[in-house]
Order: sequence, then structure tokens, then C-alpha cells
Amino acid sequence: MPILWLRVALGCYAVGLLYALLALTQRSHLLNRIALPAMSLGMVFHFVSLTESVLLSGQLALTSVHNSESFLALLIMAGFMIVYLVYRTTSPGIVVFPLVFVLTFVTVTGQQPFLLTSPAVRSSWLFAHIALIFTGYAALFLSFGASILYLLQERSLKSKKAGIMSRLPALEVIDEIGYRALLLGFPFMTLGLIAGLVIAQATYGRVNLVDPKILLSILMWAVYLVLLYTRWNAGWRGRRAAYLATAALFSAIVAWAANYFSVFHGFVQS
Amino acid sequence: MNLQLIGVNHISAPIEVRERLAIPESHLPDALRRLTEYPGVDEGLILCTCNRVEVIAQSRNGSTDLRSFWREYFRIDPADYEPHLYDYREADAIRHLFRVTSSLDSMVLGEPQILGQVKEAYATARAVGAVHSQLDLLLTRAFAVAKRVRTETAVGSSAVSVASVAVDLAKKIFGSLRGKHVYLVGAGKMSELAARHLMAHGAESIFVANRTHDRATQLAGRFKGQAIFFEQLYDTCDRADIVITSTGAPHAIFRREHGELFLSRRRNRPMFFIDIAVPRDVDPAMNELDGIFVYDIDDLQQAVSANVADRRKEAERAEAIIESEVSRLQARLQTLQVVPTIVSLQDHLETIRQAEIDRVRGRLGALSPEQEMAIETLTRGIVNKIMHTPISTLKTAAREAEATTVIDLIRRLFNLQEKKPVKTGTGSGAKG
Repeated sequence: MPILWLRVALGCYAVGLLYALLALTQRSHLLNRIALPAMSLGMVFHFVSLTESVLLSGQLALTSVHNSESFLALLIMAGFMIVYLVYRTTSPGIVVFPLVFVLTFVTVTGQQPFLLTSPAVRSSWLFAHIALIFTGYAALFLSFGASILYLLQERSLKSKKAGIMSRLPALEVIDEIGYRALLLGFPFMTLGLIAGLVIAQATYGRVNLVDPKILLSILMWAVYLVLLYTRWNAGWRGRRAAYLATAALFSAIVAWAANYFSVFHGFVQS
Repeated sequence: MNLQLIGVNHISAPIEVRERLAIPESHLPDALRRLTEYPGVDEGLILCTCNRVEVIAQSRNGSTDLRSFWREYFRIDPADYEPHLYDYREADAIRHLFRVTSSLDSMVLGEPQILGQVKEAYATARAVGAVHSQLDLLLTRAFAVAKRVRTETAVGSSAVSVASVAVDLAKKIFGSLRGKHVYLVGAGKMSELAARHLMAHGAESIFVANRTHDRATQLAGRFKGQAIFFEQLYDTCDRADIVITSTGAPHAIFRREHGELFLSRRRNRPMFFIDIAVPRDVDPAMNELDGIFVYDIDDLQQAVSANVADRRKEAERAEAIIESEVSRLQARLQTLQVVPTIVSLQDHLETIRQAEIDRVRGRLGALSPEQEMAIETLTRGIVNKIMHTPISTLKTAAREAEATTVIDLIRRLFNLQEKKPVKTGTGSGAKG
């Protein structure tokens, strides 16, 4: 059943994907009207699917790759919805919807769920670790999306041709969305990493700093910190902020991919 | 429907003619009273704005000509206004009123004031009782059409003046203008106008710097702003989010290095330069800096003409809406026209039926309730069958031009009495 609900959710997200693809090239009033309801409906099914799979397995099964991707997608959607509720704009969807679709798509089409091999994962600290880090990822991604929109809007204003970009929110609003997402995401990311270190400490009595996953995670955290600092201190925005956000997101993806090399985080087919 | 609309507007008549025809607001009730007392006129409305003077009237039999009222009221040599006067009747009058109310006939296409002006004219006319049934229906419909045009087309949504384009752009950069500061460099008329627009949209305060400081103090005083000595321009400019320049300087007074300086002082918060000076006050290279947006007078004017073109395109869609609304209203008015005849036909036949039953009822003796029922059903059935064709003929005719002929014919055939026209304002529940 969970996979069925997830497929329905994917169908809803497909509407959002279409919206994102067409939003920048043409006005489609129908899509404009149905994209948000469709995505909200998708979120509901998505949530049902995740809840059911947790109930079925009897544990917080975020440790399987597919569930975690699906969970990340849901968190990103939640972030998008918060932005929508505060700013009444669906523009971040242009960047957010495709990612949510891809993450969900991977989950739906994937075969049997992978499970983490390490016995350490049984700890209930682990749920906190993953959920916190993922919230950080979602915030980082939203911020990245906002900086893309910022660049688009800036380019349109500089070119002095009001075109399709005229429907994007104002430059300062986009900037604020990006900055707030970043600001809110940082404590989650930090606490998530601390939780990870606590798990490592408790399980092995030491933190293996040469583990690629841990190394990359710390690197990502550092980039995140630099991003925040430059924004806060020097007011970096626009192109420079976008480069940094891209770097942060890239290191986040690398840190995520490191699961495949890491001793602790290695996934294996069950 | 015997509707006539005559008038002059900014296209048909020059200002010299319009100003002689203008009716002061205080004279309007009196003018309306004289209009409704004019022989044959049933209802009337007078619309008088700076761009148009129009008289609309619904007359009893169509014999009234508003031109004679116009001549008597204004007492101006007809040769002075005749060539400029337009005269619409029936559907054309409805169409014209719809176009005016929807702002398709305005000097600035899509401007929003006209709707309010028509509403005021309507309120005045209602207050003196000049508008009740047919015109009431017409005006209510006109307001609905104007609303439809406004929501379904973008005819009134884009900025069509340099100042409003500047406000739109500022909003595109800053979102809300609340808490934003405006800096006027040079104190020209145009920059003052732009500043006024920005303030009206919520900008917080204004600085003014001018080569003649007195002029700066004057202008700043008008906005409760702050005058700044021109020598301090570069030291203070970073305080402003929006800079409007209009000096007569022969060279650019803001160059790239100034922009860099401002940005670092502002911690990269964006700045918007509106350069309405010719030759330009702001070096175009400033626009290359991240976070600085420079629009010169050409850029603004291009945006204006693009928006004007947009409005024209939208106006075409609005015309189509109006066309369909005109036919809808016409159909409705024509149906209303046949309603009294249908009602009196029904009354007439029902009277005959009752009379005939009463006449023979005594001879039938005691009847069971079933038999009573049967007589009732029988007579009703006959009457309805007879009525069916004339009524459906009337309804069909209502949709066509021959309505009056058919109405007359049926009235004569059945010897129906002349009734007063139906009050459309109260809906269709008309009992002649």
C-alpha cells in the first residue's frame, strides 16, 4: 500500500513538475491554478505513504535509502509550503517541484529498499540525527532555489525587459526567503551533526574523523557556515550568494553520496 | 426599448466645445429634472466629466429626439456643437455606455476613474428619480460589464506613465516600499512627480540635493523631507534606496566607483537609480554592478509604450466581452417587452374560462368532487392548448426585430387592453 499512495503522490507532483517546466516559458492559467492544490494533495498522499511504511515496518524506517529520499522530498515540500504561507508565492516551486518529483520518482521506481548495514542504526538517536540533517538539507535546497530565482529576477531587471520574469516575487523578497531558509536550516544541520557525533562516540567510543562521510559532512557544514557569515556580515547576495549556495548544496550532495563509501553509513541490499 | 444617447467626448470635440457644454455638479439635479420632464422622456441620465458630456434617455414611444432637449438646455448655436455630437440608439447606445463604463472610451485606456464617475452620475440620477426601471437595469448591467472587463482582461493593470512605471520597478526590486528612502538629485518637475508617486506607495522619507540649495529646501519642505547640500551628495547618497536624478550636469555625476562605494557602505543592499536627466546623470556602467539597477528616461518610456501596447491588445478582448454583453442585455430587454402581453393574454383567457364555467355550472346539478375536478382539468386543458401558439410566437418574436408587430397583432386578435410597460427594475414578476 505505501507504494500505491506514493505513486498517487508522484502523479500529483508531476503536475508541479509540468508547472515548473512551463512557468518560465509561457503563461498557463490552468496550471497556475491547479499546481498548488495538486502539490498539497501530493503531500497528503506522500505523508500517508510514509506513515504507513513506518507502521508496517514497526520502526522509524528512515534508514532505508528510499524512505529517506522520500522523507527528504516531503521535508522540502513542507519548507516550500511554509514559504508559500508566509510570502504567498509559488515561485520557489520552479526549482523545488522538479527536485521533489525526482526524489519521489527514485523512491517509486526503486526496487527493494536498502538497509543500513551497521548495527549502530538501531539507536533512537538515529532518527533525530537523520531528521535534523534532512531538515537542514531541505532548507539549504530552498535557499539554493531562492538564489536561482534571485539571479533570474536580477537578470530580468537589468535587461530592462519585463517579460515572463515579471511574475517572480520582488528581488528583496526572494532574498529574504533565501536568507531565512538558510538561517533556519543552520541550527538543524548543526544539531543533526552533533547527534551523529554522539552516536559515533557512544557506539565506538571515538569519532572516526577519516571516515569520508564524516569528513565531507563537516566540510559541508563549514561551507554552510561561510555562506551564512558572508550573507550576514557582508550582505552577499545575487551572483556571489548563488555560487556559495551552489557550493554548499554540492558538498551536501557529496556528503550524501558518501554513504556509498562510508563504513558506518554504507547501505547494502537486504 | 427606446434608448438614445447623445454627447461629445475628448475624441469628437475639442476642449473649447466641451467646456461650453460642461454642466457644473450643482446644476446636475436640475438638469436631470428638466430632462425627465421633457415631453416623451421616461428616464434619463447625464454624465459629465472633463472628457465627456453625455445624455442618455429612455423615451416612451421613441418619438423624442434628445437633440432638441440638448438645444433647449444649452442654448448654444447648434452649429458650434452639431459636428462634434454623436448620437447612438438602442444597441449602439448600450454598447457605447458599456465601453465608457469599462474605460475603453477613455483618453488613457483602462484608467479606473471613469467607473466611479458613471456611478456618481447614476447615484445623482437615482436621487432625483430620473432613473428607475429600464435605465436602472442598463446601468447595473454596465457596472457588471466593467467589472468583468477589469477581471477578465488586463486592460487596466499595467503602468502607463513614467512615474507609475518607476513605482512598479521599485516594487519589483524592493517588494514593499515601506521604510524605503528616496533621494532626489536635482529638483525638476518630473522627479517631483515620481517622488510623489513613490511616497504615495509607502516610501518612508525623502532627501533632496540641488545645486541651488534654496530650491532643495523648498522641495524638501513640500515632502517634509530633508534638504542636503550638494557637496555632501556622495557622502549621503548611500542612505537612499531609490535615487532619482534630474540635474542639468553635462557629464555623469554617478560613476561606477561611486556605485561600488555605496554598495560597500550599504552592505550590498540593492539601489535603484532612476535617471531622468538628458544628458544622463548616471553612467550606464553602473548597471553592471550587482545590486544596482539603473533606468534612464528611454528605458522608462519604452516600458510605458510596451504597457500601452499591452493595454491596446487587452482592449480588443474587452471589446469582444462587451459585444456579447450587449446582445445578452438586448435579448433580456426584448423578452421583458413581451411579458406584459403574455400576462394579459393569460388573464384574458382565464376570465373567459371562469365566466363559462359559472354560466353552465348551475345546469349540471350536484357533482362529485371527481367530476368537479374533471371539468376543471378539461377547461384548463383547452385554454392552455389555445394559448400555447400565441405565447411561443411572442417568445420567439421577442428575440427578433419584429417584436412590436407581433405584440400589436396578438393584442388586436385577442382584444387585449393596453397596459403600462413592465417595471424591469423589480424583475420579471410583472402583472401588467
